[in-house]
Amino acid sequence: MTEPLLRTEGLTKHFRIGNALSRRTLHAVDDVSLTIGEREIVALAGESGSGKSTIARLLARVYRPTSGEVFFEGKKLSSIRSRPDRLRYSGLAPMVFQDPFASINPVFRVSHGIMRGLKLHRKDLTSKEMYQEACRVFDIVGLTPAADVLERYPHELSGGQRQRVGFAQALAMRPKLILADEPVSMLDVSIRIGLLNLMAALRDSENVSILFITHDLASARYIADRLIVMYAGQIAETGPIEEVLAAPRHPYTQLLLSAAPDPRAPLSVNAETDRGEPPKVIDPVPGCRFRWRCPVAVEACHSLTPQLKPIADGHEAACHVAQSGAEVKAF
Amino acid sequence: MQPASPSGRQQKSAPPLVRTQEDAPRQRTGTVLDVRDLSVEYVTEGGSVLAVDQVNFSLDSGEFVAVVGESGCGKSTMLFAVAQLLAPPARVTSGSVMFRGRNLVGLTDKSLIAIRWKDLSVVMQSAMNALNPVKSIGAQFKDAMRAHGVRSNAEIGDRSAEVLKMVGIDPVHLKSYPHQLSGGMRQRSMIAMALLFTPELVIMDEPTSALDVVAQRSLMVQIKELQEQFGFAVIFVTHDMSLVSHFSDRLMVMYAGQVAEVGATRQLFDSPRHPYTEGLMEAFPSIRGPKVPLTGIGGSPPNLAKRVGGCWFAPRCAKVLDRCATERPPLYQVEGTQVRCFRHDGNVA
Repeated sequence: MTEPLLRTEGLTKHFRIGNALSRRTLHAVDDVSLTIGEREIVALAGESGSGKSTIARLLARVYRPTSGEVFFEGKKLSSIRSRPDRLRYSGLAPMVFQDPFASINPVFRVSHGIMRGLKLHRKDLTSKEMYQEACRVFDIVGLTPAADVLERYPHELSGGQRQRVGFAQALAMRPKLILADEPVSMLDVSIRIGLLNLMAALRDSENVSILFITHDLASARYIADRLIVMYAGQIAETGPIEEVLAAPRHPYTQLLLSAAPDPRAPLSVNAETDRGEPPKVIDPVPGCRFRWRCPVAVEACHSLTPQLKPIADGHEAACHVAQSGAEVKAF
Repeated sequence: MQPASPSGRQQKSAPPLVRTQEDAPRQRTGTVLDVRDLSVEYVTEGGSVLAVDQVNFSLDSGEFVAVVGESGCGKSTMLFAVAQLLAPPARVTSGSVMFRGRNLVGLTDKSLIAIRWKDLSVVMQSAMNALNPVKSIGAQFKDAMRAHGVRSNAEIGDRSAEVLKMVGIDPVHLKSYPHQLSGGMRQRSMIAMALLFTPELVIMDEPTSALDVVAQRSLMVQIKELQEQFGFAVIFVTHDMSLVSHFSDRLMVMYAGQVAEVGATRQLFDSPRHPYTEGLMEAFPSIRGPKVPLTGIGGSPPNLAKRVGGCWFAPRCAKVLDRCATERPPLYQVEGTQVRCFRHDGNVA
């Protein structure tokens, strides 16, 4: 098997919480193994608190994993020591943030952020070449005329334009993988589709892979090749996105799917509406973490943590019921 | 409201000050809100910007009206004008907001205070910012009830617990501070607070936009259930049309401060008449059915400071006509909906 662009093995991140009297551990990400191939858009979906952003930060080396390892082009991230190596990696796998209003410095012109990135990461370029590069990526993301937009201040741009600036900054590093943490969720619905189209175009024209973190399965389906559904720090289900959405096996995926608003479909009020919340996983005991919200939970779910196992070709789910071959119809 | 009896003595026999469904004394039929020719301007140094332009609509008791549009289309400004929450430089330049026969425009703060929470309440977009971070949920409920003359702590406690239960939160959370609650719970407790006095009208400004899909969906179902139970009318502002498709009775699409199209929700979804409504419908991908490339709406919302001669939407419109550049379209009546587009002028096929 050829080595994928990025691969994680048992990636785990725990946070210590509480004080000296009550020392507890929050399991933000537990034993996550995933791959991202070249020129692949992988959607990472789940509710707030499911650990999706923690994964993005682990992959961007903002956090150090508690255990487990990330391999980028076959090399261990934990072996990166020197500053040039660190810079090189953050140029290869930059992040795009959720909030375009908070992620760009408001007191500088837009050109400031992108030129700074270029000065740090592309030292071989002359300043004239850097400017040309900035113009080039602004053109790619649709901020035209580039020379004009570069001279503006963030407050002069709309939310959608600012998020395009975020992608331009990432692109200027010549990345292989863009870690996009909910890049469209703060934007107006009418603007979102433009950003989604841009992400799909970047994959095709710039040969980048994208980790697309979202809670909206509809926009995930629109551009992604593969879907990873997270619940409470673990992968619940993963597979080719069309197949997972056509035949979701994990009850949680079914819940997410039923919650997606779709005016073209009739309202499924017959399904008992879920009022639960994703748990904070503090000092967990064995057992499926979804069992409290799951209408089809069986005895095994309370004592055994389900492992991710293949259910169909390339389609895996961590659910005892689905793995037993039974038809799961939870939501 | 004053207590019905001299305070202190007859607390046991005094009638409850907080209305519940059974003893609601008011009529729950007829027109609750009637907005006529409402215009709001932001007066700035560079000139004034007409953010809401001659908006007309009325709301029947128990009706759910959704207002949709992009950022900057004036939907929140319109909402604030209805609730009389505008702060300078924004001001209402014309029109009236008749709430149960009283014009809210021009009412003194004192009379507005008596109405707020009691007859009309507002749920803000970001519950994290709307709730006071250094006060418990219960203390904030207490504030609102005290402001309306409820003195008895027992009564305040009972009602607070009751409304919190109504939105599916355990009353122990009356002691919780906002940061201890999840985003969904914070937004629910805002709604609980809005329902303290079972008002006739609840105004909601994108209450779900900070939530993820599952919480969003369950909140919508909850709002609808409460509305059916207590019969209050709702104005619901959102930029996501798909969200309200199954919940609202009527849909009002705003563009550049004007009503672009208004009509029954189902009708607008099945046969959108304004090109802007069509564009909004094409803007969100479907979770089922064939995958089709979408384009959304090109361009960006207009700068309202730069008045144009023709239709505001013309520069982004795929179906633009010659006259759109020079004439302003009025609202046309077409089979129960109102559409601001020349394509529905009787003269044009």
